[in-house]
Amino acid sequence: MTDKNQIMKQKYPIEAGNFTLAGEASGQIKKVLKQLGVDSNIVRRVTVAAYEAEMNMVIHSVGGNLTLQVTPDRITVIAEDRGPGIPDIDLAMQEGYSTAPEMARELGFGAGMGLPNIKRCADILNVHSKMGEGTLLEAHFDIKAR
Amino acid sequence: MKIGQIVEELSLNILAGERFLEREIRWGYCCDLLSRVMSKGKNGGVWITVQTHMNIVAVAVLTEIACIIIPEGIQVEEEVLNKAENEGVVILSSGMTAFELAGKLYKMGIVSWDD
Ligand SMILES: Nc1ncnc2c1ncn2[C@@H]1O[C@H](COP(=O)(O)OP(=O)(O)OP(=O)(O)O)[C@@H](O)[C@H]1O
Ligand SMILES: [Mg+2]
Repeated sequence: MTDKNQIMKQKYPIEAGNFTLAGEASGQIKKVLKQLGVDSNIVRRVTVAAYEAEMNMVIHSVGGNLTLQVTPDRITVIAEDRGPGIPDIDLAMQEGYSTAPEMARELGFGAGMGLPNIKRCADILNVHSKMGEGTLLEAHFDIKAR
Repeated sequence: MKIGQIVEELSLNILAGERFLEREIRWGYCCDLLSRVMSKGKNGGVWITVQTHMNIVAVAVLTEIACIIIPEGIQVEEEVLNKAENEGVVILSSGMTAFELAGKLYKMGIVSWDD
């Protein structure tokens, strides 16, 4: 997607299963937004969404990219992974639903709250997924509204 | 209330972030499931958890939690403490259980995250 008003776009590769680096990309996103002088409430919402999307790729996918896009009136977080995909998105969006493996649960993941958190934080959330291909999550945040 | 005050009154150990004891605490929350903590995500909170891996630092940074308290004398790895130090996250520890810590903090006037 290109936008002539685009202020910036940054892409962070996310490695599957790497819990040590996990949260690093969202931390970068937070720093960038703060530097741009974005309202702190919006920064917090974008950051929470970015972190949940990042962790979902670490835990549930084979890896992907987290992208931050900023225009004068909108911030977008895009999480795009290379599989395995989500079989039933409506089910995945339900609070409490989780297929997180034991090893992730021991670390405190698997409450089934990540996607609902993203939905609550974002002004618009789109999730598309194709089994065997991957998942594309786009969370939009209006800078001026709210 | 400042972090320093609870450190003093509850005799907490300072594992990381000693230079931030002046920071204000306004809320308390006790949970080991990270997305639950993220969903509350208000800044200026004291968060009690038995989790000690790298991601507690990420959660604290992203939600601007004032400090983390690790109960029951659970050890935290050097790597995690270094990261906390670099990111400005305060990590405290105590021999008390999460239950006792929460009770004492509540008595000191720290309200629930939801209040
Ligand atoms: N990128 C992804 N690829 C494949 N499956 C996913 C992806 N993101 C989410 N899911 C599926 O959706 C479910 C719900 O996700 P959600 O983030 O709400 O909860 P969780 O990650 O299991 O636990 P929590 O986020 O509370 O730690 C996951 O358990 C998983 O089955
Ligand atoms: Mg999740």
